Amino acid sequence: MNVDATPVARLDDDFEKTVYHIKTSDGPILDIKDLCLWYSQTQALFNVDMSIEKGMVTALIGPSGCGKSTLLRSVNRMNDLVDGLKITGRIKLHGDDIYDRSADVIALRKRMGMVFQKPNPFPMSIFENVIYPLKVDGVRDKAILEDTCERALKSAALWNEAKDRLNENALGLSGGQQQRLCIARAIAADPEVLLMDEPCSALDPIATAKIEDLINELAGRYSIVIVTHNMQQAARVSDNTAFMYLGRLIEYGDTETVFQTPHSPKTQDYVTGRFG
Amino acid sequence: MPTKTPRTTDMRSRGEPALWSLGGALAIGIIMIIGFLILVLWNGIVTFVPKPIAIVTELDGTVTAGEPFRAETFKPAPDMLAALPAEWQAKISANDGYAHRTLYRIGNFDLYGEDFRWVSDFSISKTEYREEMVFVERLEWGPFVGTIKSFTVDGVEHAFTSPRDPVFENVHEVSRDRWRKIADIEHDEIGAINYDLERGRLDVRKIELESGKQSPEYIAAQKSLESQSLALQRDYDAYAKQVQEMRSKNALNTLTLVEVGGRETTIEFSELVRAYAANDLSVLQSVAVYFSRWWEFLSDEPREANTEGGVFPAIFGTAAMTLLMVVAVTPFGVITALYLREYAAQGRLVSFVRISVNNLAGVPSIVYGVFGLGFFAYVLGGSIDALFYAEHLPNPTFGTGGLMWASLTLALLTVPVVIVATEEALAAVPRSMREGSLACGASKWQTIRYIVLPRAMPGIMTGVILAMARGAGEVAPLMLVGVVKLAPELPIDGFFPFVHLERSFMHLGFHIYDVGFQSRNAEAGKPMVFVTTMLLIALIATMNTTAIVIRNRLKRKFSGSQF
Repeated sequence: MNVDATPVARLDDDFEKTVYHIKTSDGPILDIKDLCLWYSQTQALFNVDMSIEKGMVTALIGPSGCGKSTLLRSVNRMNDLVDGLKITGRIKLHGDDIYDRSADVIALRKRMGMVFQKPNPFPMSIFENVIYPLKVDGVRDKAILEDTCERALKSAALWNEAKDRLNENALGLSGGQQQRLCIARAIAADPEVLLMDEPCSALDPIATAKIEDLINELAGRYSIVIVTHNMQQAARVSDNTAFMYLGRLIEYGDTETVFQTPHSPKTQDYVTGRFG
Repeated sequence: MPTKTPRTTDMRSRGEPALWSLGGALAIGIIMIIGFLILVLWNGIVTFVPKPIAIVTELDGTVTAGEPFRAETFKPAPDMLAALPAEWQAKISANDGYAHRTLYRIGNFDLYGEDFRWVSDFSISKTEYREEMVFVERLEWGPFVGTIKSFTVDGVEHAFTSPRDPVFENVHEVSRDRWRKIADIEHDEIGAINYDLERGRLDVRKIELESGKQSPEYIAAQKSLESQSLALQRDYDAYAKQVQEMRSKNALNTLTLVEVGGRETTIEFSELVRAYAANDLSVLQSVAVYFSRWWEFLSDEPREANTEGGVFPAIFGTAAMTLLMVVAVTPFGVITALYLREYAAQGRLVSFVRISVNNLAGVPSIVYGVFGLGFFAYVLGGSIDALFYAEHLPNPTFGTGGLMWASLTLALLTVPVVIVATEEALAAVPRSMREGSLACGASKWQTIRYIVLPRAMPGIMTGVILAMARGAGEVAPLMLVGVVKLAPELPIDGFFPFVHLERSFMHLGFHIYDVGFQSRNAEAGKPMVFVTTMLLIALIATMNTTAIVIRNRLKRKFSGSQF
């Protein structure tokens, strides 16, 4: 399971309490308000406030156990699977509260695609993998399915490599190809947000470069939230960057500012490699 | 300068003794399995090999003719020893008082009243292997060992030369064909008449139960049954006459057998299964006898209290019961495991249920037999009888042991195996697969249906294979819920509804017990025990191999190379 389960340390008294929240936006697609999250007794997120801008690439950075993955998984309610989870606060997708009692989790997840740390293609053909979100939606029309498959694979820059082997088992693809297939699957149902949880951490540098190019291409069409360990990667692909530490959002602003002239000394230390 | 002592790793920390004991345990296991298989295979394979017939003349003049069956050393009683010549006395005392003797299969039970006879080495005056000795397998009284004097064809006497004489072979074939035709008529045509008569009687009984004895329907039905009976009786008479004619024709084809002491007996060719000159067989003829015996064993019904003939009904019963069991146990076990693993809240109650399921596997199987008889046969079957087969009562239809109840009892017995294996297979489906599916907007059920179940299928198959092996080899509970010593009527036949799950059936495992330990002729049954064991192992191995091939084909789907 890809939850950073490292217990969050108790906050020191001299801990920086101010959030340098300089990013403001008039059209946020995701609006996170005062989000706290507990795994049983352990609090993993502390009062996170953040709005994700539409059509932008937002990177979440921070040391291990800082809650970036937890935050990402809260957005599409993947954390629901965890026993003993408690959440307070609100997350709104286009103004709909996703933790509302009446919210339909399944419908919600259909509005967001997710790409995981390790490529996780299903043990079926490439074609079936890509159209899986449509299949569970009940789409049976062959023409639509084929059209969607081609479009999604083209968007994921996999069409040229895969078009002649659509009916082969997806597990026969290389790791990088598998991850691009997972991206194709995530965007097949045309989601509003694309969540990526360290999508390159299991890939070699060449495959990583391809995925990064892909993210740059997809930016604008989708609002992308990407969790990454790799600061260079965050700097390369993202428009905005959020730095998290010990379950708190420390700084959130456009990428250049966060990396060049951070406001918080913690951010400064982290981006210059003094810890992390 | 301090000298550096050379450092060595001692044996214990290198784990050598652990390795030896692990390897030793494995070796002992393998040796036991291989030893058992070799014992069964060897005895099973040689059983049907035609053996020579020895004629042993003893010092007191007794002549014994038979197949040497087995030999052993024994300790002669002191008075017996004292009566022996000095030369033998010296030999035996040099051998610590042990003498050697051989068991001969002498056959001719109708004449001798025994099938086997021990002959001690010290009482033999001479042993010879005459070419004219013939081993005759008959439908009744077991084998005959001796010579054939003459035979008649349509009442005309012919001198006997050899079992390969074309006239002899021809008359044998004609008589056997006629015999088979008689059996067919008795089974099919006369069987159909009996079935119709019974059906008619039951229909009338049903009307009686519904409308009463005085009702006009009953009287009308009674009348129509009478006229139907008359017509059937006419048909029956015609068939009976046909059978009688064939029987009297067969009675004209006989052969006269002479045992080694000179006593004669006459049998019809139709009772003769096969005859061969045991001491005058070419290799090819031996092979032919060997395979024809195997064919008979695999395709025929048993005779002579199961010690001879074939085991086809038992093979059929075992396979049918095992397959029905799999059909019953798989969905039940998989559904239970799915709920336990995927839906039930993992708490104390579920742990308790899980422990209980595991403990069920340790309940003695005979207890399941008692449960099956009490619940399935008497309660369920009794209710079915009362509801749907009231006209058959007091004869039970489903209210007694049968193929269906036996399968369900074994399904109950093996369901813990399937549940445990399925739970493990479900737990082994990577979380990333489930999350991937859920993130695509699939519901929990869709995730289970499209991702988890296909992925867990090889593991579930493993559970089914284990259940199958366990179930096919189980005997004790079956004795209570439907297995019988002899049931030539297969559960599938040409009479409506064609599949008769209520019928009792034969089973190879029970056949082993019956032939080996319940038969009058324990000595003759012994080789059959080995052959039947071999067959049972082969049957289970075949079913398991099929399942394993299917499983591996499924597995291949999930193991693409990563790079």
